[in-house]
Amino acid sequence: IACLVMYLFAEFDDAANLLAANPDATTISIDEPVEIPKNQHSHLQEPGREEDDELLGTDDSDKTELLAGQKKSAPFWTFEYYQTFFDVDTYQVLDRIKGSVFPVPGKNFVRLYIRSNPDLYGPFWICATLVFTIAVSGNLSNFFIHLGKPTYHYVPEFRKVSIAATTIYAYAWLVPLALWGFLMWRNSKVMNIVSYSFLEIVCVYGYSLFIYIPTAILWIIPQKVVRWVLMVFSLCLSGSVLVMTFWPAVRDDNRRIAVATVAAILLLHALLAVGCLAYFFDAPELEIPAPIIPAHNGTTVITKSH
Amino acid sequence: FPGLADVSISQDIPVEGEITVPVGSHSPDEDFSTLDEPVKDTIMRDLKAVGKKFVHVMYPRKSSALLRDWDLWGPLVLCVSLALMLQGGSADSKDDGGPQFAEVFVIIWFGAVVITLNSKLLGGTISFFQSLCVLGYCVMPLTVAMLVCRLVLLAGAGTVSFIIRLIVVGAMFAWSTLASTAFLADSQPPNRKALVVYPIFLFYFVISWMILTFTPQ
Repeated sequence: IACLVMYLFAEFDDAANLLAANPDATTISIDEPVEIPKNQHSHLQEPGREEDDELLGTDDSDKTELLAGQKKSAPFWTFEYYQTFFDVDTYQVLDRIKGSVFPVPGKNFVRLYIRSNPDLYGPFWICATLVFTIAVSGNLSNFFIHLGKPTYHYVPEFRKVSIAATTIYAYAWLVPLALWGFLMWRNSKVMNIVSYSFLEIVCVYGYSLFIYIPTAILWIIPQKVVRWVLMVFSLCLSGSVLVMTFWPAVRDDNRRIAVATVAAILLLHALLAVGCLAYFFDAPELEIPAPIIPAHNGTTVITKSH
Repeated sequence: FPGLADVSISQDIPVEGEITVPVGSHSPDEDFSTLDEPVKDTIMRDLKAVGKKFVHVMYPRKSSALLRDWDLWGPLVLCVSLALMLQGGSADSKDDGGPQFAEVFVIIWFGAVVITLNSKLLGGTISFFQSLCVLGYCVMPLTVAMLVCRLVLLAGAGTVSFIIRLIVVGAMFAWSTLASTAFLADSQPPNRKALVVYPIFLFYFVISWMILTFTPQ
């Protein structure tokens, strides 16, 4: 009960802050239908969460830490504990995706969109979609590039799906783990105002990969220049989301270490993009004249009838 | 007791209530009778239940029969037949071919489990096996599409056959997704429906892709 009362007071305090910052705002408290009777925190949500206001930054970080601590109160072996990581609505997920695709300079993705409610839905399903998009697009692009060659035989290349899955899930979960460990270590040496929990880092990485989904689809276009332009563009967008998230966390540190950290983040991100392009998409070849090969009863499956 | 002498119960107040023991005690009798019945009856009853569910999938309407009496026979039969039909694809090397039997099996069952967990974590009220049952039965249109594709490929493998296959697989994919959404969407919280429907869409899209890219020897 005491925890609940404390949580309520913290929430009203937060609401008072929001109202003070923006007096014209209407606060909406969203009451979820209580389908989960054990999870009593589910219907206590921050009022006015939809507001895209300028209340971000470091002054509410301790309050958000308090709220984060209050939320996950179920023991980790119960199902309710994991339900707290999926406590997002459709519009919230769409907002977060929008925030990762259109990064606003100066605004921190974690503070603005995640706000102590990191979810695992976004990272998991964005990674799944990306895996299948890259595999399918790579297969399609190879098909279009090699179409018309008499010796070409279409194969579905199904093994590449498992390779794509391993790569992308490893990137989206192990790199945040390493980064979180590194930031915790630096935190013990240098007092940082901004610190992120492991789930928030996973969230940022997961949502930042969203831009690669349309990029992978557009990589079907068999032009080298187009592909590289797309790659640089998407790298800039998702890289900027990552940089704007993690720069405040390391800028109080030694200048060289801060720059090295951000550079390593960007380098790994670029490596992922370049690696995917190189492995899953064959290089588009120049137009070659039809080779003079004696036609044999090959196993060409898809033949163009004109 | 003199005070009670005036109290009398009138004769025409009906005595209400159940004296008989509730229905549960009939079940030992039922079990006894299904043990006695011929094997054909037992099998036909289960087959009829499975067949009824297939009909429900073909004409998806909000009915609770699919959800109430779930069984996994139908999904197993569909999964095995789909995985068998996806065999025999050509490959230059082992690495480049279509999915193997075990891969199809794993994708269908693991995918269905993940989608069920996802909907439960998001606050759905459906039970685990009910959701598996629905997702498994809704693979049926895609199995039919695979059958049609194999028949079309027997006739030839040109562009026309590809267009036919594309249309058939596309239509069946839409049917599967709509059927499973019709059954599963009601049990989700209203502001999270899209979050639950999207993984189902992805699941059937992957299966449709495997069917469409099947190329025979």
